[in-house]
Amino acid sequence: MSKRIEVRDLNVYYSKFLAVEGVSLEIEPRSVTAFIGPSGCGKSTFLRTLNRMHEVIPGARVEGEVLIDGNNLYDAAVDPVLVRRQVGMVFQRPNPFPTMSIKENVLAGVKLNNRRISKSDADDLVEKSLRGANLWNEVKDRLDRPGSGLSGGQQQRLCIARAIAVSPEVILMDEPCSALDPISTLAIEDLIEELKQQYTIVIVTHNMQQASRVSDKTAFFNIAGTGKPGNLIEYDDTTTIFSNPSVQATEDYVSGRFG
Amino acid sequence: MSTTTAIKAKQRPGDRVFSGSAVFAGSMILVTLAAVAIFLIVQSIPAFFATGEDASILPTNFWAYVGPLVFGTVWAATLALIMAIPVSIGIALFISHYAPRRLASVLGYIVDLLAAVPSVVFGLWGIGVLAPAVQPLYSWLVDNLGWFPLYSGPVSGTGRTILTAGIVLAVMVLPIMTAICREVFLQTPVLHEEAALALGATRWEMIRTAVLPFGRSGIISASVLGLGRALGETMAVAMVLSASGAVTFQLLTSVNPSTIAANIALSFPEAYGMNVNVLIATGLILFIVTFAVNAFARWIVSRRKEFSGAN
Repeated sequence: MSKRIEVRDLNVYYSKFLAVEGVSLEIEPRSVTAFIGPSGCGKSTFLRTLNRMHEVIPGARVEGEVLIDGNNLYDAAVDPVLVRRQVGMVFQRPNPFPTMSIKENVLAGVKLNNRRISKSDADDLVEKSLRGANLWNEVKDRLDRPGSGLSGGQQQRLCIARAIAVSPEVILMDEPCSALDPISTLAIEDLIEELKQQYTIVIVTHNMQQASRVSDKTAFFNIAGTGKPGNLIEYDDTTTIFSNPSVQATEDYVSGRFG
Repeated sequence: MSTTTAIKAKQRPGDRVFSGSAVFAGSMILVTLAAVAIFLIVQSIPAFFATGEDASILPTNFWAYVGPLVFGTVWAATLALIMAIPVSIGIALFISHYAPRRLASVLGYIVDLLAAVPSVVFGLWGIGVLAPAVQPLYSWLVDNLGWFPLYSGPVSGTGRTILTAGIVLAVMVLPIMTAICREVFLQTPVLHEEAALALGATRWEMIRTAVLPFGRSGIISASVLGLGRALGETMAVAMVLSASGAVTFQLLTSVNPSTIAANIALSFPEAYGMNVNVLIATGLILFIVTFAVNAFARWIVSRRKEFSGAN
């Protein structure tokens, strides 16, 4: 199910503006990788290049290679739509489709792609995905109610259920807990711990405790100044980054002495 | 003595002036509506009981007179909407999601300009350009697809049929419908569009899962506004349509139902006595039809309110 990601010399642009420069890293399958760094340093931008969501923004483009199990995502022959079916994404703010019920939300990705699915298969998939997102017990009696009626944390888990329903290889999470309260955050973190048995997970977070709790490896991004591109400063095991980083800037950041 | 005196907020002159003018403006709309409704009802009552002896334009009684007109009004407006809804949604989607930004804003202006064209001009265009242009097509349809009831002959020699009137009406309602749809589509939250894209949706699938459901109530509002305009449109229909007052669904013949508004415009200059009341009464019927259509559309919008995304 899960795949290895390899990024080689990636430059990310918004039109002419170089937003992220020269990133190379490798992400192991079935692991959780956290991206940390100050606001505006390009971690979310970089994350979005891993499933070609970056190019949704007009003028946005990249140089370099992103290999998933050896296949370059940015090869001319690769269809971004198919990339996104393999690499799912969970956003900062919960975004279930407001016009759909909970069940329809989970099936939204499956119904794209014009895949026909029998009713019993659909019911099984809904239950499996919602169980996978630790949401089943809370919503099993109201699957036909609108997804927007759930709490923020439940909506975020619904979005995770929607992402895993299409059985992706990789799940990208862009600050998935920043709009949630501590209890809901804990629920999502527990979920990440379970999901990592099956999926490769990459998470952007502003919360360093969260990075140290959930991730196996951590990448620290920084920016030299406004208008300058963001860089990958250090990438290592999470324990190393938080206890014994090799770069001074990383140590300043993780210990709160930044700036 | 009075321990339960309600606490009164300090009244500031600015607040009072503003709330006073807002209340005044709000009540004016009700007063105007009531004034129109009262006028229509009072003037209409005698017509409801009139016969052909009282008013020369009545064949037998009022209902036999207004029936075909109501049919024609609704039929012409329906034809217009059938053509205008898909086109306006298409234009709006193109402007909001497909066109490059510069082209989109130019197109937006052009569509808005279309709304500024006076209806008399549309009428002239309908008679002078559209009707002669579509007449050969009508002949072809009658000759080759005449077995289809809507296209049965004999074909109109001038092209000034109900279908031509419908096309003119469609062009007239297009700008307002497009403008509303465009605004609603542009307001689709980026979050929902990205959610669809991140699931592996193509652009069209993204529009289907995120944009169109979000814009549904806006599309319905746009259609209602367009329908309201099509139902009440007077000049263009009066000029384009060669009406004979028949009740028929045939689109291409010279036997066409008239519409209420066009009929009033054409008959009013020569009306006297009870005939005036009859025409005003048809106006009341138009008022009621438009009102009913509006209420129906609002009901459709409210039926699935909790799924609307507003909560």
